[in-house]
Amino acid sequence: MTYALAFQDLTLGYDRNPAVHRLCGEIAEGSLTAIVGPNGAGKSTMLKGVNGSLRPLTGRIAFGGLTRGEIAYLPQQSDIDRSFPVAVADLVAMGLWQEIGGFAGLRATHRARVAEAISAVGLEGFERRPIGSLSGGQIQRALFARLLLQDARLVLLDEPFTAVDAKTVADLISVVRRWHGEGRTVLAVLHDIDTVRAHFPRTLMLARELVAHGPTAQVLTAENQFRARQMCEACAGPPHVCGRSAE
Amino acid sequence: MMWELLIHPFADFGFMRRALMGCIAISVGATPVGVFLMLRRMSLTGDAMAHAILPGAAVGYLVAGLSLGAMTVGGLIAGMAVALLAGFVTRVTALREDASLAAFYLISLAVGVLIVSTRGSNVDLMHVLFGTVLALDDAALVLLCSIASVSIFTLAVVFRPLVLECADPQFLRSVSGFSAVTHFTFLSLVVLNLVAGFHALGTLMAVGIMILPAAAARFWAVGIGALIAVAVSIAMISSVSGLVLSYHAGLPSGPAIILVAGVAYALSVVFGPAGGLVARARLRHHLEAWSGTP
Ligand SMILES: Nc1ncnc2c1ncn2[C@@H]1O[C@H](COP(=O)(O)OP(=O)(O)O)[C@@H](O)[C@H]1O
Ligand SMILES: [Mg+2]
Repeated sequence: MTYALAFQDLTLGYDRNPAVHRLCGEIAEGSLTAIVGPNGAGKSTMLKGVNGSLRPLTGRIAFGGLTRGEIAYLPQQSDIDRSFPVAVADLVAMGLWQEIGGFAGLRATHRARVAEAISAVGLEGFERRPIGSLSGGQIQRALFARLLLQDARLVLLDEPFTAVDAKTVADLISVVRRWHGEGRTVLAVLHDIDTVRAHFPRTLMLARELVAHGPTAQVLTAENQFRARQMCEACAGPPHVCGRSAE
Repeated sequence: MMWELLIHPFADFGFMRRALMGCIAISVGATPVGVFLMLRRMSLTGDAMAHAILPGAAVGYLVAGLSLGAMTVGGLIAGMAVALLAGFVTRVTALREDASLAAFYLISLAVGVLIVSTRGSNVDLMHVLFGTVLALDDAALVLLCSIASVSIFTLAVVFRPLVLECADPQFLRSVSGFSAVTHFTFLSLVVLNLVAGFHALGTLMAVGIMILPAAAARFWAVGIGALIAVAVSIAMISSVSGLVLSYHAGLPSGPAIILVAGVAYALSVVFGPAGGLVARARLRHHLEAWSGTP
């Protein structure tokens, strides 16, 4: 089985404080994986490492033939300026950046794909509306449409369903399942355990260190969840220099 | 009557025609940049950069007297130095961009005032601060028109990265390495247009033609294209009216132009359909149901 990415004794953090500590494991090409863990467990940090915006303190992430341009990333808190006057269709069309670059114009085929992506997330009729007039759930739909156009082989989603209603979650999950069906690799940070059980075949549980990684049913046990909570409380203690040697 | 008032000054006097052409060039070049400054909540950055240009222009004056080329190059160097230093400090330290920009422009301004007050006469200081739109020569006009063309062309080229840098900078960083380049290209355009503006309107008034029409346009239009079109129109109308006003009333033309733009702004605040005071008051009577798109 080929991997899309492999964590090799990966430590990520801020200044010298590790937020993800000595993580090992492989994410298989084409897999659909949920990342779960308590707040502060390092889930967002891990995605920032994969996306390349945070350099590892030690260890590395190996990519199985994936280039940076083939990774799409939906951050937990986007710093979109909602007051900036761009229309929904223009925001979505920015997903074509990798393909047409920053300067070329949109051709008819591109416009058709923008329209298709907008209708795939259920935002028909909103094309010309300024993004400032959308609700939180509608913005999330628009961002998913942009992800669709990015046509990425690896999709990273950081808590994409937080503060979004059930209907929107259902619609966006079907987009995620469509990516899975197309053989793309998807990593999604989620908090709703029922969603994970229902739709995500694999789960990686993180509590600063790896708790468990494998088929969802085997990872989401009461024992693992208890252990994750304990580990996160333990790592809130006073810091010390890590003395564990690399094997 | 209309002929007397509006056409006569331009028909009879070459210096008025030149002034008009210079102001139109500045309106076309500087105002779109002002729209982006406003949308990025950087309106006051324009003011800071205008002050930063002063010592460069002053050094240019010291070296070569009232020379167009020397003062232009000096102003460009000073403006770019402040923009780059402020950007550098922001990226490598914890200081935010507004604070580091303020620090550098204040230093630059102090140097400029020092140079002008020890070495120049008051008349020259007035020239640098308030410009001389009625004394634009051929070379100055060519410079203003060239800068306007370069500015419009560059803005068209970086339009999409710039919009993205404004609307969703995180996304721009994730898809391309253009983020820093885009930011500095934009700051260069600000400096370039301010340098063009100070020949005609002076360092202080140049910001006015950049920002006031943009701020006024916000009350008439929503999309970026429409904002730019409205702002440029307001800037041109202000230029013509300001020049005519200064001609008939014997006022200095730079401040007259900016004051007319100020009046346009005030009218927009009150009557503008997009969030003006009158439109706001009418909103109290809301509709029964949703209108327009879903
Ligand atoms: N930009 C940052 N600077 C410093 N520390 C950070 C930063 N972002 C996150 N952290 C810390 O790293 C740890 C992991 O954070 P994060 O990855 O956001 O957790 P999660 O997404 O699992 O809730 C937390 O202890 C948090 O305080
Ligand atoms: Mg997080």
